[in-house]
Amino acid sequence: MEEAHAERTKTPRQKMPEQHPMVRARNFDEVPMGYTPDVAQLEAGRCLQCKKPSCMEGCPVGVKIPEFIKLIKEGDFVAAARKIKETNSLPAVCGRVCPQEVQCERSCILSKKGEAVAIGHLERFCADFERDTHQICLPVKAPPNGKKVAVIGSGPAGLTVAGDLILLGYKVTIFEALHKAGGVLVYGIPEFRLPKEIVDSEVKYLESLGVELRLNMVIGAIRTIKELLEVDGYDAVFIGVGAGTPQFLKIPGEDLCGVYSANEYLTRANLLKSYQFPRYDTPIAKGRSVAVVGGGNVAMDSVRTALRLGADNAFIVYRRSIDEMPARREEIHHAQQEGIQFKILTNPEEVIGDERGWAKAIKCIRMELGEPDAKGRRKPVPVKGSWFDLPVDLVVIAIGTNANPLLTGSIPDLKLNESGYIQTDEDGRTSLPRVYAGGDIVTGSATVILAMGAGRKAANAIHRDLSGKDEHPPEACSATM
Amino acid sequence: MNRVVERTELVPNVHKMVIEAPLLAQKVKPGQFMIIMADEKGERIPISIGDWDQKAGTVTIFFLEAGVSTMKLAQKKAGDNLHAVVGPLGHPAKIRKYGTVLLGGGCYGIGGITSIAKAMKAAGNKVIVIIEARSKYLLYNQEPLRLIADEYIETTSDGSSGIRGKVQDVVQFITNQEKVDLAYFIGCTFMMMNCSNATKGKHLRTLVSLNALMLDGTGMCGVCRVNVGGQTKFACVDGPEFDGHQIDWLQVFQRKSMYLQEEMLAYQYHTCRALTAQKKEERD
Ligand SMILES: Cc1cc2nc3c(=O)[nH]c(=O)nc-3n(C[C@H](O)[C@H](O)[C@H](O)COP(=O)(O)OP(=O)(O)OC[C@H]3O[C@@H](n4cnc5c(N)ncnc54)[C@H](O)[C@@H]3O)c2cc1C
Ligand SMILES: Cc1cc2nc3c(=O)[nH]c(=O)nc-3n(C[C@H](O)[C@H](O)[C@H](O)COP(=O)(O)OP(=O)(O)OC[C@H]3O[C@@H](n4cnc5c(N)ncnc54)[C@H](O)[C@@H]3O)c2cc1C
Ligand code: SF4
Ligand code: SF4
Ligand code: FES
Repeated sequence: MEEAHAERTKTPRQKMPEQHPMVRARNFDEVPMGYTPDVAQLEAGRCLQCKKPSCMEGCPVGVKIPEFIKLIKEGDFVAAARKIKETNSLPAVCGRVCPQEVQCERSCILSKKGEAVAIGHLERFCADFERDTHQICLPVKAPPNGKKVAVIGSGPAGLTVAGDLILLGYKVTIFEALHKAGGVLVYGIPEFRLPKEIVDSEVKYLESLGVELRLNMVIGAIRTIKELLEVDGYDAVFIGVGAGTPQFLKIPGEDLCGVYSANEYLTRANLLKSYQFPRYDTPIAKGRSVAVVGGGNVAMDSVRTALRLGADNAFIVYRRSIDEMPARREEIHHAQQEGIQFKILTNPEEVIGDERGWAKAIKCIRMELGEPDAKGRRKPVPVKGSWFDLPVDLVVIAIGTNANPLLTGSIPDLKLNESGYIQTDEDGRTSLPRVYAGGDIVTGSATVILAMGAGRKAANAIHRDLSGKDEHPPEACSATM
Repeated sequence: MNRVVERTELVPNVHKMVIEAPLLAQKVKPGQFMIIMADEKGERIPISIGDWDQKAGTVTIFFLEAGVSTMKLAQKKAGDNLHAVVGPLGHPAKIRKYGTVLLGGGCYGIGGITSIAKAMKAAGNKVIVIIEARSKYLLYNQEPLRLIADEYIETTSDGSSGIRGKVQDVVQFITNQEKVDLAYFIGCTFMMMNCSNATKGKHLRTLVSLNALMLDGTGMCGVCRVNVGGQTKFACVDGPEFDGHQIDWLQVFQRKSMYLQEEMLAYQYHTCRALTAQKKEERD
């Protein structure tokens, strides 16, 4: 036992092969290329199969980590994928985009002594294996129970609710405002981080289970929640519309040409595929020097998109230091490798325009970190007189989003908090009967896995409230697709 | 997918399209718009909903062929499908009894103004309609407007029909003659700005249906931001109707010109491809 343990801990954490930074900086293909089965098994062998697996405590949905890793080690990759899917219906997505370093992997016992098991990479591996070898199977659905549920928004929260309820025998319709389903997964997160094919296959999977998808339906405009419940006969409504309205800095010059919100910039590039303009009709400005303001995943995605669109200089402008950046570590690392220039401890004060109304520079001031605030985060304070101009021709503002009032404003009695997000109880019940909510529209911008976790809770609550039953969706397989 | 029921070129470059969209037809109110994607690779472009028929389950739009997206729409025939139709978006026009309402339309706005004129009339207003075009052969939709309006005036730049001049000129004239309680303009940006300037000195409440660049039309991207009275507004959700005297027009023009180069490139790309395809067909 001791020996085996020593053996396991000797194996280093297996790296996932990646496209070379110089190459990938100019294409939109996915950066990490995935494990081979051998490497996955080797990595799986590093897991200690802890009796009290601390890793699971770090996962917001409690993926049965040691169990799925054991199955990988034994070579049963498909069974491993299905084990994950017992608690996480989108492992191909989460394996790629979860901030593992602050969730499951941080809690892995090995991270205390060295390097954590690459749980995310392994999760991605088995989900990809299952999909690529066409072994995704359709679970047995409970017999129809005659009840209908409307899901508004097709982001991770909405997809999870739909997937759970369809298995429990509900008729489920997803209403999506955009012309493509997936929420941030399709309009925000770029192809090089999350290939759209994966999201499409998840959506198709739901459709094959019988979920009805109605695109181009802006709820609040074409249909109100009231109408869904009272006229269209839905027994319950789940609101998963995301946060969705961009924040600006409110500094002079922000309305100049060449200043984008990250939402706009990424929607053009991803959803409307403007990186393939003019083959696709939607244009996007290609800056030579692009500054992205912010330090989260959205900022990293924007700046790396700018680079791939041909920028010579792509900057991150962030008022704190790299340690304080909320982005996933892997993305910061990838961005650094690709040659993104980090202007940290820098605060933009004005966008300066040229005579045609285009951005030509950002007036910035240097910052230093002062005393820690109540949360222990050191507050940046400006260094007196340290202004400088950063010459750019494109600026992307990626400092966060607010709640979009389009839908919530159309339901007078729905309780919102002071920032406009929907108030719910633990299980996603809103202040209105038969109306549930979850994801970014409840929490503010968060993560894919938290949105999915909220979706699962709400689905359980809907089932309990409508059927009086406390049971989870069936998991057994009937046939392969 | 929405089916095209009819598409006709009313006058050179201006088309009318009737689209099957039963839910939309039930919900739409005057002054609202929708987002259309002609095909899968298309842009999402905003177009005013000009008219609708709840019984038939259709909506009608009027559009000017201006670039690639509207060219693609202009190539659609009855029975073809549109990739996406999204709406009704934006606030409806504020229809109530004002007294005398002056409505000015140019370009696609000649079609766009019809439903507003109808509603203003039904709300008990005296409705004056003025439309403009470069020349007589570019005027359309006159009959419906003539029937709705209490006073109907045509203008043409070359004087080939009606009064020689533009809406802005007639506005000047009328507002000198009689008390008008509200002016409402819809058409190209330049026309809306000029008309707003014409009513400015007269302290006449003026609304325009602003045509900023748009993408999602739901407040998600911010491309449509305009400065109104010193505040940043999103045209898609806060508008499209705004006080014409409060708009920073220079900024509107600048922001709209953002993709001029790309628009030209795209147009050439598509016409080139169309020509090549045509040549190939001829060869084969
Ligand atoms: C660029 C970017 C990168 C990110 N990177 C990561 C990452 O690496 N890891 C991570 O965990 N998280 C990341 N996030 C955050 C994560 O994507 C979100 O927290 C998550 O997608 C929220 O899910 P959701 O289901 O609540 O809403 P969303 O994904 O926002 O989906 C909401 C959907 O509802 C639709 N909708 C909105 N209004 C209406 C309406 N009125 N009617 C009908 N439909 C409507 C929207 O069009 C959208 O499709 C990122 C976010 C962005 C923007
Ligand atoms: C609320 C609203 C209602 C509108 N209603 C109508 C209408 O009823 N009929 C009509 O013909 N047009 C209408 N427009 C304008 C219409 O959206 C543009 O003519 C169309 O997008 C042009 O696309 P294109 O690819 O054919 O031309 P492009 O080559 O892209 O552009 C030609 C010109 O149109 C303008 N334009 C380009 N993209 C947009 C955009 N997304 N939004 C606004 N203007 C743009 C540009 O400034 C450019 O000068 C409306 C615009 C708005 C915002
Ligand atoms: S879902 Fe995310 S947090 Fe949970 S195990 Fe998978 S990668 Fe880790
Ligand atoms: S904590 Fe780490 S080593 Fe232990 S079971 Fe979890 S992944 Fe394996
Ligand atoms: S069009 Fe995107 S916010 Fe108005």
